[in-house]
Amino acid sequence: MKRMSSVVAGITSLVAPLAANAQDGVIQDPAEGWDNLWYEMLVDITVIGVVFMIAAIYMLIRYRTKDPDAVGRGPKLTKAQAIAWVLIPASIFMADDFFLSAKGWSLWNIQRGVPDNALEIKVTGYQWYWEFEYENGVILEELIVPIGQPVVLRMTGEDVIHSFGLPEYRIKEDVMPGRVTYLWFYPKEAKETVVTCTEFCGVAHSEMYTRVAAIDPMEYEALMAKEVAEM
Amino acid sequence: MTTASLTTQSEGFNLKEWIFTTDHKRIGVMYLIGSMAAFVVAGLMAILIRLEQSSLGAQIISDGTDYNVMLYFHGAAMILAFLIPGLTGFAANYFLPLMIGAKDVAFPRINALSLWLFWFAIVLALLTFVIPDKPDIMWTGYPPYSITTQGNTAFYVFTVHLLGFSSILGAVNFLVTVIFMRAPGMGWNQLNIFVWTTVAAFIIQLVFIPVLAAAVTLLLFDKYLGTHFFDPTAGGDVLLYQNLFWFYSHPAVYVIFLPAVGILFEIIATMSKNAVFNYKAAVYGGICGIVLITGEVWVHHLYVAGMPDWLRIGQMVTTLLISVPVGLLVLSLWGTLYRGAITYNVAMYYAVACLYLILVGGLTGIPLAMTSMTLHLSETSFVHAHFHFIMGMLATFTVFAGVYYWFPKMTGRLADNMIAKISLALNFIGVNVTFWPLFIIGVEGMPRRYWNYEMFPQFEPYHHVATIGAFITAVGITLMILNWIYCAFKGEIADDNPWKSKSMEWTHAPNVPGPGNFPEDVVVDSSWTPYNYDKR
Repeated sequence: MKRMSSVVAGITSLVAPLAANAQDGVIQDPAEGWDNLWYEMLVDITVIGVVFMIAAIYMLIRYRTKDPDAVGRGPKLTKAQAIAWVLIPASIFMADDFFLSAKGWSLWNIQRGVPDNALEIKVTGYQWYWEFEYENGVILEELIVPIGQPVVLRMTGEDVIHSFGLPEYRIKEDVMPGRVTYLWFYPKEAKETVVTCTEFCGVAHSEMYTRVAAIDPMEYEALMAKEVAEM
Repeated sequence: MTTASLTTQSEGFNLKEWIFTTDHKRIGVMYLIGSMAAFVVAGLMAILIRLEQSSLGAQIISDGTDYNVMLYFHGAAMILAFLIPGLTGFAANYFLPLMIGAKDVAFPRINALSLWLFWFAIVLALLTFVIPDKPDIMWTGYPPYSITTQGNTAFYVFTVHLLGFSSILGAVNFLVTVIFMRAPGMGWNQLNIFVWTTVAAFIIQLVFIPVLAAAVTLLLFDKYLGTHFFDPTAGGDVLLYQNLFWFYSHPAVYVIFLPAVGILFEIIATMSKNAVFNYKAAVYGGICGIVLITGEVWVHHLYVAGMPDWLRIGQMVTTLLISVPVGLLVLSLWGTLYRGAITYNVAMYYAVACLYLILVGGLTGIPLAMTSMTLHLSETSFVHAHFHFIMGMLATFTVFAGVYYWFPKMTGRLADNMIAKISLALNFIGVNVTFWPLFIIGVEGMPRRYWNYEMFPQFEPYHHVATIGAFITAVGITLMILNWIYCAFKGEIADDNPWKSKSMEWTHAPNVPGPGNFPEDVVVDSSWTPYNYDKR
């Protein structure tokens, strides 16, 4: 087990440079990374799909016959051809797999690499509401964050498994009793959106949502001051 | 007893003969009836689910539990009581012994026991609708919810137990049958692709079902006996169940996918009058490759469940690598069309539709294989649409295609008529109209298992469209089933080998084979293959 984890650590350190988050003081937005990779993926899978579909349609039309006694004249492969028809396509598929794995892994490192200056908020999922506890002790049932600062959510659940799904920022992770999970996102502009529970949690599962607002830091400070005063 | 009475079914209908039969073909037919019954009820649930989602706000339900029970039944019944028994129960039972020249399966009485267990499970599943605390735990049954809910989790557990027993018995039976009861002279490289895919599916069942059985049994202990396997406050672990569950349930996808593709191969090879392209690549690369890799990919169902980061990356690679064996199968499937002599019947039209479905379903799985993509896509209707393209459409259509293709074998009659074509068109249009909108709103963030989506009112038009699609499909399915029933009794009488296949179930056995299947013992030589059309 120890050897296993050291191997993993070794591999991880090899790709550490890909996680350039904290470097150069530039924060890479995981949501942007997601969108970019998604468009690349769409191109990738659309090209494969269209090529195969055209090939199928061509053959289905080209080789149709009205004669029920006609027989197909498919190629009889030699051993070398048969092996080539395995190795070449398998290599192409694997090349695409490893290419996508590398792409996915570098985005993953951004998604999991929390910037140092992130604002930490504790999230707790209950049947059926969310609770957000800020560093100053303020507890809200909505997620209010200042723009311009990354936010890291440390999440756990009280009763059953929930999942914190924030589609606007392209993130989601389960929230469960007995474990702490995390997510981070980077609110860059003022906007209002919604977090929904995305793991089935019972009768009011689809009512377990709340407002997420990224607001101006000044407003945020004012709100926090007010909340602290009311505590 | 004369040869004639040995090889054709006796005249007249005798219910007792059917109930107590040990004949693999009758067992197959009863699997088909049972699984279609489950399909119809679960399909009705799908219609109700779509009706509920068609517009914002409660449409037909009084509270969320009504909706959750429908989701539970739809998922559990479609996968466990329709797809798996439809493919490994009906199709394997009826046609596998015929394809290998066997007179029956190795253990006919155990086969009957499998069927009985399956029927008991169907009855138990249907009781969902009459018991007071209906199970509402989705087909996955994740704890702690499945333990803390009022719903009757025991019904779920016992249904899984019964079906698990049934499948394990079936697996042993069919593996022994294929290993020991092939016609003399029939080598492993002369088997139908469908036989290979069924063998692979049963190997998977045999290896992985016990894990699922253990998982659900622990659920039962936690809920009713007060143990704490999944309770973190007493030292248990909430994630243990999900790991065990998906360790079986991802391979279960291949228990469905493999025989489904096997049926496609049979239809496409026969209707193209062509040998399977690169047979050994399909068998040893594609089918065996999937069996090898299938146990190493389950974490992609837990990509957002707090698994360690390194494990998510490792299983992203293994999951993406599934594209290699699946790609080889797809190439062989496509290659079988190349320079074929293709004639079309309804089964072939379904097969053509499946070529499209396999592409859409397979390729939309690629982003979902990537943990970084799934961080957003998980549990959205994108996932929902993806696996419906594979399970709800590809695998379901192959069952329908198989019924049309082998209809003459089972009934002596044809079901290839205009109604069959119209219902195919409706089914195909309907499922596309239903699920493409769900892909789109899934990427935008529409969560699964939501009857209430008031937080995303912009998705309402898409749900409207999807619901219309569901109704189109419902009309198609209804026509199809009525047409099957009509044609089984009144259809045009079929020739012995209407599609001019070279496969043994067509060449050696009469239509509606009787006990013992073949008029004379089957022996093949080394040049025989089920795809031997072009004798150059």
